[in-house]
Amino acid sequence: MSTARKRQRWAGARAPEDWRAPLNVASDLKKTPLHDLNVSLGARMVPFAGYEMPVQFPAGVLKEHLHTRAAAGLFDVSHMGQVIARARSGDNADAARALESLVPVDVAGLPEGRQRYALFTAEDGGILDDLMIANRGDHFFVVVNAACKEADLAHMQERIGDSCEVTMLADRALIALQGPRAEPVLAELWADIAGMRFMDVRACDLHDADCIVSRSGYTGEDGFEISIPADQAEKVCRHLLDHPDVMPIGLGARDSLRLEAGLCLYGNDINTTTTPVEAALEWAIQKVRRTGGDRAGGFPGADVILGQFASGAARRRVGLKVDGKAPVRPPAKLYSDADGKTEIGHVTSGGFGPSIEGPIAMGYVPVALSAPGTPLFAEVRGKYLPVTVAALPFVPNTFKR
Amino acid sequence: MLKFTAEHEWLKIDGDVATVGITTHAAEQLGDLVFVELPDVGTSFDKGGDAATVESVKAASDVYSPLDGEIVEVNQAIVDDPSLVNSDPQGAGWFFKLKLKNTADADGLLDEAAYKELVG
Repeated sequence: MSTARKRQRWAGARAPEDWRAPLNVASDLKKTPLHDLNVSLGARMVPFAGYEMPVQFPAGVLKEHLHTRAAAGLFDVSHMGQVIARARSGDNADAARALESLVPVDVAGLPEGRQRYALFTAEDGGILDDLMIANRGDHFFVVVNAACKEADLAHMQERIGDSCEVTMLADRALIALQGPRAEPVLAELWADIAGMRFMDVRACDLHDADCIVSRSGYTGEDGFEISIPADQAEKVCRHLLDHPDVMPIGLGARDSLRLEAGLCLYGNDINTTTTPVEAALEWAIQKVRRTGGDRAGGFPGADVILGQFASGAARRRVGLKVDGKAPVRPPAKLYSDADGKTEIGHVTSGGFGPSIEGPIAMGYVPVALSAPGTPLFAEVRGKYLPVTVAALPFVPNTFKR
Repeated sequence: MLKFTAEHEWLKIDGDVATVGITTHAAEQLGDLVFVELPDVGTSFDKGGDAATVESVKAASDVYSPLDGEIVEVNQAIVDDPSLVNSDPQGAGWFFKLKLKNTADADGLLDEAAYKELVG
């Protein structure tokens, strides 16, 4: 069995010899506030970013995925970092200015009650993490990836700590309710939810818990992400799960949903070696931060990234539709020829798309080979399988803009 | 004669030919299968060789040859519909038939009681 291919025996992310053992024995993995609920729902728990997380529930990845697209899926994403940045001056505009020194994004122009996708960039133009930034009026609320959250916190404290108090919220859970039934389900608890648009952020009471709700997610579906006080998270989730439209969803389906939606997974599709332009994330950099904009540059790696806006990058992240039935998984190599002579890139995410009913992938290819329809080949178990560059997302999003 | 391996394969042995599949326990652990790749008829494997590949939404896994032998038949039905392996792993979801090099080797495999004890 080749480890290079990341092949595994039956037990998903766990090694074959230990998958019969309860995972929490002699484990220093952290638990989310919803751990007991996840276990009681029959979740298969696996290590992820230092946490014990549900990879799937008894329904299984396929049904969980399709249920989210058809009704509403409830995700525990409490492992993610919830960070507050508050200006020491008391003026939120100062916090916006400080954050703009870390991200190539229009933060100063983000109105109160709105959220925006952002990237922490490095001096060489690479990506340290991707994140959400919400303007909460008297502070900014930032959600970062679990695996990066300690580094992100240190980065923020070091770079903007003089002007902002930067704090990680350790006492809050984070859940996502995603899918076409998410709005009606939440509207039964809080009527105002229907008035929210994509990327709106509001404070609200759900079952007497002080929540922060944003209309956003990581599935391509309309939906909500909800920050809840840790000690009330299980209660809120149990109420949501009582609704017949709501099913608990694990990380397995979270990954297949976001792949179909063409969304990047930090650490796979973007990392310190990929720039926002290479990653096809130009849309995340508003005009005001680009060359010629009022607040152009001023973020780490601006010379590299704005230079790539002007003269292009050598490679680009693209979608790949696999012609046959075999899933193509990272880090499969990509070739321009059927004999594997000319290696041109590699797959960064890939698997089976349950809504597509076939294998899909994303990867990096030279710009000259990045147009949708370009035929390429992916190496899987020594064979060169035909794949075709495809427009992203694979499944159209249903955001309520 | 029904035998099992610690790698979660079952063998139904009839003379010198073993029908091979993965156990109910393995199918549950793998979750919904979306792809199966079977070996070519005529291929010979040593015990433990990578004979087939199964893929769930999440991951790819190998199915090993449980004993030394040669593939004499494969189950195209599970290639066409991998969910057969989940719905009937120890019946219609069989993988391949292996002509055993040495039928006595099967004596070293687990019987049903021993396998049940293994998976708890």
